[in-house]
Amino acid sequence: MQYAILRKERFNDFIARLSEIQKLVAPVSKGYNNFAFEEVTTGDEIALKYIPTILPAKKFFLPRRETLLEFNDAKGANAEASVEYEPVTLFGLHTCDLSGIQCLNMVFSERPKDYNYITRKNKIILIGLECNEYCDEYASCHLVNASFPSGGYDLFFTDLGDYYVVHVNTPAGDEIIDKTESFEKAEVYQMNELKNLRDHKRKIFINEVPIDRSRIPELFDLSFSARVWKELEERCLACGNCTNVCPTCYCFDIIDEIGLNMKQGVRYRVWDSCQLEPFAKVAGGINFRKERSARQRHRYYRKFSYPVERFSRFFCTGCGRCTRTCMAGISLKETLNELIKESEDRVWRRWL
Amino acid sequence: MEKVVIINSSYRLKKAKILSTKKLTEKEKFFEIALSDGERIDHEPGQFVMISLLGIGEVPISVCSSPLIRDSFDICVRAVGKVTNSLHKLKRGSEIGIRGPYGKGFPIRMLEGNDLLIIAGGLGLAPLRSLITYVLDSRRDFGRVHILFGCKEPKELLFRDELEQWSERTDLHYACTVDRADADWAGNVGVITTLIPGVDIEPARTFAAIVGPPVMYNFVIKELLNKGIPENQIYLSFERHMKCGNGKCGRCQIQNLYCCQDGPVFNYEKIKNMSEAF
Repeated sequence: MQYAILRKERFNDFIARLSEIQKLVAPVSKGYNNFAFEEVTTGDEIALKYIPTILPAKKFFLPRRETLLEFNDAKGANAEASVEYEPVTLFGLHTCDLSGIQCLNMVFSERPKDYNYITRKNKIILIGLECNEYCDEYASCHLVNASFPSGGYDLFFTDLGDYYVVHVNTPAGDEIIDKTESFEKAEVYQMNELKNLRDHKRKIFINEVPIDRSRIPELFDLSFSARVWKELEERCLACGNCTNVCPTCYCFDIIDEIGLNMKQGVRYRVWDSCQLEPFAKVAGGINFRKERSARQRHRYYRKFSYPVERFSRFFCTGCGRCTRTCMAGISLKETLNELIKESEDRVWRRWL
Repeated sequence: MEKVVIINSSYRLKKAKILSTKKLTEKEKFFEIALSDGERIDHEPGQFVMISLLGIGEVPISVCSSPLIRDSFDICVRAVGKVTNSLHKLKRGSEIGIRGPYGKGFPIRMLEGNDLLIIAGGLGLAPLRSLITYVLDSRRDFGRVHILFGCKEPKELLFRDELEQWSERTDLHYACTVDRADADWAGNVGVITTLIPGVDIEPARTFAAIVGPPVMYNFVIKELLNKGIPENQIYLSFERHMKCGNGKCGRCQIQNLYCCQDGPVFNYEKIKNMSEAF
């Protein structure tokens, strides 16, 4: 069965059954238009209309802090490498967040592989939920090709009024359809409805920034010395909020912690940020990205340039979280607009 | 929460023993290390290992011995931080953890059959000692060999016995300089670039290997280019504070390159235009 139908009156029943299979996590409202991925057991708790959550789903794949090694005797090198994980089903992920997970999968599956990540990833079921319209003005998902579903899920839900049409993408997804006993076979008219919605979406989802997607790497090739980075420097507070909430930021620090008996302890990794001042510092005191402009530029290049060479995709999912969270009002769309404007200025100057 | 042991975790440590230590200068100490299970680290000159002291942390350190020595390897460590200061306190017989070796070293195969100009600044001599001892142990495979070494003061000279031996050998050219002399110093005084014009090389068949502090590179490379050494025959090694060694944690990133995987040894032609590199 490639497509299935879930009638809305059976939604709560489906969620209750789904939560019995294993821990279920979905977007819930935290007030003031803030949302978070949290454990749920009933359909009523889920915020089906939500703007991207404060933290993306990466927290389930790459926890803020995770143990890499454990030891009982700090003298010597006797340590055990282990991973803690929890089988979990994530329900309601938008295409931007599914795209973010695809990015992380690439990074951590590339050799040398990261088995902490891979072990955890293999225990997570992903259920997507289509955005029929834009969440808010900060999103730029179409620019980075993340406005339509493109794999990376087990099941994918699209709201079509009285029912959801559900794309079954994997055997794990099939199993959920069987176990929850809430689905019907999709009829031709329902598939046509889905097609109509997608056609309609193609009209409303347009490039949020006036540039052809394929020309973005070229824009960045030309923009390393752009004025824009200096302008960002004057506003950036180097707080690291933007990288914390980014679904594709994965930089980390590794720290040892030892008990008061000076024997037992752990080595753990914890989210770090290239926006923080000491990130690129070396022992001699030299800092290779000392200026905030260099650090902001690094962040943007890690989204739109470097990963294109390495993984052939943007590491921006257009979710808009960095813009929503920035205390200094630095906007991703604005920055891209400025870069385009500046590069056009340069082209004009060459002709004049 | 469930928990499983990861046998092939890239963070797993190999056990190693300190066979001997030697104080080289006020701040630098030499360690001879062997893996406990008799395994070889099997490194290339220029590669680094992660040295691990449980409860304190890990640091990336270049291997400074020849890969031809199979049952042990050497490191030379400057005490600058938590881990390196603790390492300095360890005695012969202590057990430490090792990960690696990591990264790309000097392209030995490509260097064979050519002349070498090896330029070390300060602690940069440590990673280059791995290359130098390899070259001297397989001397027949290389053309002319020049070694230039510079440091701030005579008391900072590393591996004094070996420097002495190199200066006496007739099959290589060795020169040394210090930025500031003391009363006993009878050698050259001046920054390392002052040694370069006097070196007699055939640029087309000379490969240069440079390791030193970032400030040194720009000046040395300018001199080498003046001498006519092609850009793609210059190799240099970068210092970054790698945390994972696996090209993931982001600490050592130079634009789209990860120093721990793509480096730390780079070809000058490939990185010459990268800001954030020098």
